[in-house]
Amino acid sequence: MAEFNLPVNSIVKEGKYFKAPEGASNIRKFVIYRYDPSNDDNPSTDTYEVDMDTCGPMVLDALLKIKDEMDSTVALRRSCREGICGSCSMNIDGSNTLACTKAIDDIDGDVAVYPLPHQPIVKDLVSDLTNFYAQYASVEPWMKTDAPVSPDKERLQSKEDREKLDGLYECILCACCSTSCPSYWWNSDRYLGPAALLNAYRWINDSRDEATGERLDDLEDPFKLYRCHTIMNCAEACPKDLNPAKAIADIKHLMVKRKL
Amino acid sequence: MKDLRSPLAKVKGLGASGDATHHFWVQRLTALALFPLVIWLSISIIALPDMSYEALVALFQNPFNAVMMIVLVLVSLHHGHLGMQVIFEDYISTHGTRLAAILVTKFLSYFLMALGVYSVLKIALAG
Repeated sequence: MAEFNLPVNSIVKEGKYFKAPEGASNIRKFVIYRYDPSNDDNPSTDTYEVDMDTCGPMVLDALLKIKDEMDSTVALRRSCREGICGSCSMNIDGSNTLACTKAIDDIDGDVAVYPLPHQPIVKDLVSDLTNFYAQYASVEPWMKTDAPVSPDKERLQSKEDREKLDGLYECILCACCSTSCPSYWWNSDRYLGPAALLNAYRWINDSRDEATGERLDDLEDPFKLYRCHTIMNCAEACPKDLNPAKAIADIKHLMVKRKL
Repeated sequence: MKDLRSPLAKVKGLGASGDATHHFWVQRLTALALFPLVIWLSISIIALPDMSYEALVALFQNPFNAVMMIVLVLVSLHHGHLGMQVIFEDYISTHGTRLAAILVTKFLSYFLMALGVYSVLKIALAG
C-alpha cells in the first residue's frame, strides 16, 4: 500500500540557526532542508538570517550567499542562473520551481527551501533524478524516419506544423512538473510522468517524425500513460509556463482517435 | 540481491501492455451514458404520486422504465468497477494485493449486476 507516514529516521528535525552579521537591518529568514545520507542523522531544517541589503533579488542569490558567506556545507545544483538549464529546481515556499527565477519578494514570511519532493536525496537540496532522466530517454526523444532524404537536404516543415511544437519544445527537464504530481509520487516506477510524456508528445506531434504509431504503441499502457488523472499540478508548477497535462490529454485523444 | 539493471531497463520494464485505451474509453463512455440515465431516474422518482411500494412497483412495470433501470444498473456497476480498478492501481503497489482487490471488486460488481437485473425483471414481470 501507499505509505503515508514517514519512517522514524526520515522525520525532519530542527537544525542549526545562523544569525545575520552585526548591523544588518533588512533580514529575511531562509529555512533550508539538510540531509546527508552518508551519516545516520535524520534530516533537519537549518535557519539562516540573510541580510537582504547585500543580497540579489532571487532565491538562488540568497542560497549562493548563504553557501558563500554563512555555511559552505549547503549542497545545491545550479548553473545558468537564468531559467534555461533547469538545474536549480527545488521546492520553494511549498511549490516546485527554479530558485533562479523565483523572486524572494514574491514570498511571504520565512522562505522554506526543500529539495524536489519524493525523490532520493544525494545531499541537502540535490535530488537523485536518475529515474527521471531514464524515463526521458525511454520516450526516445529524437527524430525517427524511414523515408530517405539526401544528406545535403533538410527535412522540411511548414510554418504551421512548426507552430504545433510551441509549448512543447521549451521543456528544460527541470523535473518540477513530474515531482509535483501525486500520481508520479505513488507510481514513478511505472508512470512516466508529465515531463517525459510532454517530450513524447513533442515528437508524436512533429510533422517530420515517421514513428508516430510506434510512439503511441509504446505509451499504450495503464501505467506509463494513464496514471495521469488531470490533477494539473504539473501545469501549475512548470517554471516555463508549459502545460504537460494538455500534452498528455492530447496523447490520450490520439489513442482514442486511432481506435475509433 | 543488488539490482544491477540499468535505469533505462527498469523504466522500460515489461514494455507497454498494449490495451489501456479501451479501459479509458469505456470509463468515459459509461460516464456519458450515466448522465441521461440518472436524470431519467431522478425525474421518474420525483414524478411518483407518492413514495409507496405500490407506486415504485407500478413505475418498473412500465416496460420502458424497466429497461432503463436495467441499463442504469449495468452501466453504473460497469463504470464503478472500472473506476475502482484505477484507484487500486494508483494506491496499491503490491502486485498480489492489487490483483486481489481488483478481482474481488469485479466479481462483486458482476454479482450485483445479475442481482439488479433479476430484481428489476421480477418487479416488471411478476409484480
